[in-house]
Amino acid sequence: MSMLHIVNKSPYERNSLAAAVGHMTDGDTLLLIEDGVYAAIKGGAAAGNLEGKTVSVLGADLAARGIGVDKLVDGVSVVDYGGFVDLVEATDKSQSWL
Amino acid sequence: MSEIKKFMYVNRRAPYGTIYAWESLEVVLIGAAFEQDVSLAFIDDGVYQLTKGQDTSGIDMKNFSPTYSALGDYEVNKIYVEKESLEERGLTLDDLQHLVWEDEDDDWAEKDSIRLVSRAEMADVLAGQDILFNF
Repeated sequence: MSMLHIVNKSPYERNSLAAAVGHMTDGDTLLLIEDGVYAAIKGGAAAGNLEGKTVSVLGADLAARGIGVDKLVDGVSVVDYGGFVDLVEATDKSQSWL
Repeated sequence: MSEIKKFMYVNRRAPYGTIYAWESLEVVLIGAAFEQDVSLAFIDDGVYQLTKGQDTSGIDMKNFSPTYSALGDYEVNKIYVEKESLEERGLTLDDLQHLVWEDEDDDWAEKDSIRLVSRAEMADVLAGQDILFNF
């Protein structure tokens, strides 16, 4: 069973990212959207949470916040809304860490 | 009501995820008409408000970030950004908009509006205000 963990809150304001990461198992994917995308900035204190995880970030939310792809942690993949749907489809369940 | 007070708007939220950042900007612009001594502080997630290159075309929301560059025209030219807040988030001053104002007492010389301060310095700046507005 694989799960898509969706985080939409800043890791510097809420503990949603830590909660999501703490509940991930092998084969799960983390998707960062809205203010959750700030977690993927290289050099940020929250970036360590993504280590060893399969991570996707919604491109439109990155662009809105002025975060260039060059600012991201290595290995993170940027997806569009279609890619979001593909992730939901490819996993058995979705869990939103609101 | 002739006494000029030191007003500071304290911004601690990221833009777009909540309405705080935009609301703050609206209040700052309204407040600018009252000719007080206005300063802005960007602390914690508030520093994200000033990132350059914001493009909201993909999320169906208004991009209000260009408005920050107009603040200088309203004599809002003391914009304090907390260094530690930037660093914790993997950002530097280079990731932020270059905000300037023109000094009429100095032959309209263009000057930087952003003052990068440490957390300790920010504490002093906050302590020196008359009124704090929190967003």
